[in-house]
Amino acid sequence: MPSSLLSSFVLAVGLAAATACGASSTAPAEAAPAEAAADDAPVARPARIVALGGPVTETLFALGAGSRVVGVDLSSLHPEAATRLPRVGYYRQFSAEGVLSLRPDVVIASDQAGPPAALEHLRASGVPVLEIPAADDLNDARANLEAIAAAAGVDAAEALRLRARLERDLEGAQTLLRRARSRPRVLFVYARGPGRLLVGGRGTPMAELIALAGADNAGAAIEGMRPWSAEAVIDAAPEIVLLPSRGLDSVGGEAGLLALPGLAQTPAGRERRIVAIDDLKLLGFGPRIGEGLRELVVGLHPEVAEGPT
Amino acid sequence: MSAAWRAPTRRLRPRVVLGGLALVVVVAALVELSVGAATIDVPQHLRCLAGEATGCAAGERYILLSLRLPRTLVAAVVGCGLAVSGAAMQGLFRNPLADPGLIGVSSGAALGAGVAIALEAGAELLPFGLTLPALAFAGGLAATCLVHRLAQVRGQTSVTSLLLAGIAVSALAGAVIGLLGYIADDQQLRDLSMWLLGGLGGASGDVLLVLVPTVAIACALLWRRARALDALMLGEAEAFHLGVDVERLRRRVVAEVALAVGACVAFTGVIGFVGLVVPHLLRGVVGPRHRLLLPAAGLGGAALLLLADAAARTVLAPAELPVGILTALLGAPVFLSLLARARAAEVA
Repeated sequence: MPSSLLSSFVLAVGLAAATACGASSTAPAEAAPAEAAADDAPVARPARIVALGGPVTETLFALGAGSRVVGVDLSSLHPEAATRLPRVGYYRQFSAEGVLSLRPDVVIASDQAGPPAALEHLRASGVPVLEIPAADDLNDARANLEAIAAAAGVDAAEALRLRARLERDLEGAQTLLRRARSRPRVLFVYARGPGRLLVGGRGTPMAELIALAGADNAGAAIEGMRPWSAEAVIDAAPEIVLLPSRGLDSVGGEAGLLALPGLAQTPAGRERRIVAIDDLKLLGFGPRIGEGLRELVVGLHPEVAEGPT
Repeated sequence: MSAAWRAPTRRLRPRVVLGGLALVVVVAALVELSVGAATIDVPQHLRCLAGEATGCAAGERYILLSLRLPRTLVAAVVGCGLAVSGAAMQGLFRNPLADPGLIGVSSGAALGAGVAIALEAGAELLPFGLTLPALAFAGGLAATCLVHRLAQVRGQTSVTSLLLAGIAVSALAGAVIGLLGYIADDQQLRDLSMWLLGGLGGASGDVLLVLVPTVAIACALLWRRARALDALMLGEAEAFHLGVDVERLRRRVVAEVALAVGACVAFTGVIGFVGLVVPHLLRGVVGPRHRLLLPAAGLGGAALLLLADAAARTVLAPAELPVGILTALLGAPVFLSLLARARAAEVA
């Protein structure tokens, strides 16, 4: 009996190994060439688009291509219509089969999308994948808008219209900013509940936005996003605390925020100067960046809203 | 505990048990191949592959052959490796609560993965996509070596010192992972926590080329320890008198489990409960003898992970759930009910 058991065990393992080798050698070889010829180049005006990454989805909808988007990722929270589409998971951890099951003509993805193996699978199965670099400033925002419009085959007129709106909003923000007489020290706080607070330092998109809005980053002494420390916050001495509106809710509104250790000892805490912004507009440097920046300028420099607009 | 080890009253013939389990594995593999986010007519594609039919969509064929097939095989091999390792560890520690993670291999691998994700270390040394598995595998083996060294007192290891060293090294690895999590940015942190939940999305032919031989060799070697592990159940002194070199057995089993689990964890992340629940469950069916228990656990583990992954790929489709969440969700209640039943039997 033992020998027969051994042989069946070994046979099972061997069989698995044999099939495995077979799979690795046959699958890509058979699947790839047939489709590579047909689908190598992106379709000029794709009828089915899968968007991976919030700013990509938002841009597609702003370009009027929303009706051709058939799937999004979990970070695509704007506009509301996008949240009703099939979701293929978080863009950093999407499922290749999930995306393929939506039969996309093109996948437009943030360059942070992954895992890499899943992107490889999409390409190997013949679906064109366009990667959009993460935007850190306004020039990136403009470049991405054009790249996404081209990949989605959006009419040039439509792309120009959105670009013009972006420039108009940015110009509006500049006009407002010229009237500003203050240059406050602003601390950006990313909050997900009272125990999970991060402050924004150098090299973050928020630092760039604070500079664009004519203010100084009170967190400039640190680099990247770092956990809240009462002493560091007192030391930073912000005059304004800036945070995403969803973050403000998570710490229990203004009262909850002011009760956080250290904040009451800062100028911002004493004067209760808290500015909540829509982070979806601002953080991804998407198509609504100009609009978000206008609101940020008004929030950080209340004096600009006093005169005629 | 005695109840858990008690021989079942009516034991099935080994051939029947293994044949039945193999059948379950085949059915589970067919389920894994047939379900998913995309709807695919599998029999039709099989006819196309055999040249008996035409008109199969190339996109569907890609999903079937390049996504689902490697994934099915990886699920089977990893489930087998984890469950065989679990059975061997339970034999070695003479405790049905032992888990392959006890010797530090999972936490060491997690640390290796954390280094790869948070520090982006080694990216320039190794081909793209290989850094994480390589560092995780190395971390798992290094942690196990450390555990084994720490457990040695005057050239001897004892089960207690092995257990304590395993806990200490796991705690240390956990602390360093915490530090890496502090250094990591938001997205790296998310990647790390997803890795810790386990998933089979990385399955490919290349992964199988590494995984299959490693797990097969480790399992075959563990299977050769079956008699010695049986003798060990009587007690260490008794095993020694039966001619078992307990020290050497311990060293070998630890090394072989580290090899199998390290390879599995490196490619899939930490998948919990398979190594704990499957051997425990099957011991009640096939009895405690390792010659039968080890292969039975291997087949059972393969079937469990195949079914869990099929569920993980479908419940949220087109998104996917990390399979480790499902194995824990399924495994923990089964395990608790087993414990409750064992206690009831003890009281009665």
